[in-house]
Amino acid sequence: MALLEVEDLTVVFGRKGIEPTVAVDKVSFTVESGQTIGLVGESGSGKSVTSLAIMGLLPKRGVQVTGSVRFEGTELLSLSDAQMRDRRGRDLGMVFQDPLSALNPVITIGKQLTETLQRHQGLDNKQARAEAVELLQKVGIPDPARRIDEYPHQLSGGMRQRVMIAIALACRPKLLIADEPTTALDVTIQAQILRLLSELVANTETAMIMITHDLGVVAGLCDEVNVMYGGRIVERAERYALFAEPRHPYTNGLLGSIPRLDMPRGERLVPITGSVIDNIPWTEGCAFAPRCPNANDDCVQGPPPLEELPGGRMLRCYHPVEPAAEQPATSEVAR
Amino acid sequence: MQMLLERKKRRIDELAAAGQGGTSLAKQALKRMLRDPVALVGLVIVVLFVLLAAFAPLLAPKDPYRPYPELLENLTVTNIPGPMPGFLLGSDADGFDFFSRLLVASQQTLIVAVLATLFGLMLGMIIGGLAGAIGGWVDSLLMRLVDVLLSLPALILAVSIAALFARSNQWTVIIAVGMVSVPVFARLLRGSMLAQRESDHVLAATALGVKRTTIVFRHMLPNALGPVIVQATLTLATAILEAASLSYLGLGDQDPFRAEWGLMLAQAQRVFEVKPSLAFFPAGAIIVVALGFTLLGESMREALDPKNRR
Repeated sequence: MALLEVEDLTVVFGRKGIEPTVAVDKVSFTVESGQTIGLVGESGSGKSVTSLAIMGLLPKRGVQVTGSVRFEGTELLSLSDAQMRDRRGRDLGMVFQDPLSALNPVITIGKQLTETLQRHQGLDNKQARAEAVELLQKVGIPDPARRIDEYPHQLSGGMRQRVMIAIALACRPKLLIADEPTTALDVTIQAQILRLLSELVANTETAMIMITHDLGVVAGLCDEVNVMYGGRIVERAERYALFAEPRHPYTNGLLGSIPRLDMPRGERLVPITGSVIDNIPWTEGCAFAPRCPNANDDCVQGPPPLEELPGGRMLRCYHPVEPAAEQPATSEVAR
Repeated sequence: MQMLLERKKRRIDELAAAGQGGTSLAKQALKRMLRDPVALVGLVIVVLFVLLAAFAPLLAPKDPYRPYPELLENLTVTNIPGPMPGFLLGSDADGFDFFSRLLVASQQTLIVAVLATLFGLMLGMIIGGLAGAIGGWVDSLLMRLVDVLLSLPALILAVSIAALFARSNQWTVIIAVGMVSVPVFARLLRGSMLAQRESDHVLAATALGVKRTTIVFRHMLPNALGPVIVQATLTLATAILEAASLSYLGLGDQDPFRAEWGLMLAQAQRVFEVKPSLAFFPAGAIIVVALGFTLLGESMREALDPKNRR
């Protein structure tokens, strides 16, 4: 049994009198324990909403969540608020994008760490503090015994994110959801944080869902990658396969717009034309069709299904990119 | 070379010592405030006022609660004795020592202002806190009640509340003046609680499975308090003015022996043409103290403003 099974997860925002917005549309994927999977897509592709829906953090009013999210066989969507609260932090942890705004500015980082430890593990003050110092040490905060009494504004961006990770991992959750954990950090710190995350999840056998728009992050970290567009998964593949041989024109476009070291001098990057607002509803056809170089009339005749290809790859496209004869070495792309 | 190294070491030690324990945002704000000359002026006025109020009975040279024969001697309808030996500011309209009464009045003024503000603060925070933390229909209901209170001009509200009581005393003044500030505190706290509810760190705390009550009291309330504290300081100033207005309108404390600046001002009106200084001194005292609280409040607001963080 997989650790997390998400099946036909659909999130609809809307109130009476307003045209409902489908943010996530029948998304299905599974996460095995110890596995790291990536959710990739640009802003508005539904990746963050997917993670909030799994955590049960979407507001109740004006939001409809349907489908199924099973964690170790338990249906999370039908749990009561109190039951869900017990799971959060203990079974499911989350790391947010902006560590400054996700930490409480008026409480020391130590108190924020011990809060979770005391709630979920029933430790007393002293034990919790000792455990907190150890956690800070583990995430690479220098001089943790002193730092523990500092406030978030006294730490640098990278250290704040380390603290966030320490808090999220405090109770050894089985699944960690990282929602763009490196977006607010500069590039050198990004690399450190990613290395830290991958080491921690490897050592503790924590499964991780990495949500990002940065394909470099995915390349370095994820076992399997889901590419989302307009609320649906358009391609899923094992990471080397995805980078070596992108089949969906959107994935191909994303990869084509990243500068590479082995690119011939003077060659221009190829951006994806248009923007997310050019989408058409999935019910009318492929949402990506208006921006797709391969699109023709077939693409707006109806929604393309998500089909399984040989090698375990899933693809939602009528006119996929044909695999080229010559491929760049995968290890170079996956930096 | 050696010296440079020594210097570097010292600097490192200094930095290490400075980081000890961590400084909260409140501490930083306090530091910023103490660098601001306006805040210092306000602070000095307020501290002097509080000290005066605390030690007024000891400082007063004469008994403020009984008339003196020396003063009554020359007291006629057209003449109120001015300064004379032993009586720094002379007599008031009833043959009491004016200077002593002026000092002792600070006590009553402070008590009324502080208690009225506390009353308004408590009730306002309960209402605003509940509305902001629970939301939904509780929020709507409480806020409509607050709107009703807010729709009445402050003084008229205070006057009508004070008039509800058959015989007014200092408690009716406190309740009336406090009531006026309830809607202000309630709205303010509700607003900043709502802002906190949408904040990332509250979402993050929720994602960690923190209980709702803990989230409200530990993660939302402390972050929402800043503007309320500032407003409380400013309310102290307006409370003094409002209490004085109520006394002036005859809705204040009816105890003739109790000295209070607003009351003294009201009494001085009858004899204004005979001895205007009876009005000037209490009025001046009210103005200075209200100014002190306002300066303090304003600079506190500036210090707590995250835009001024350096």
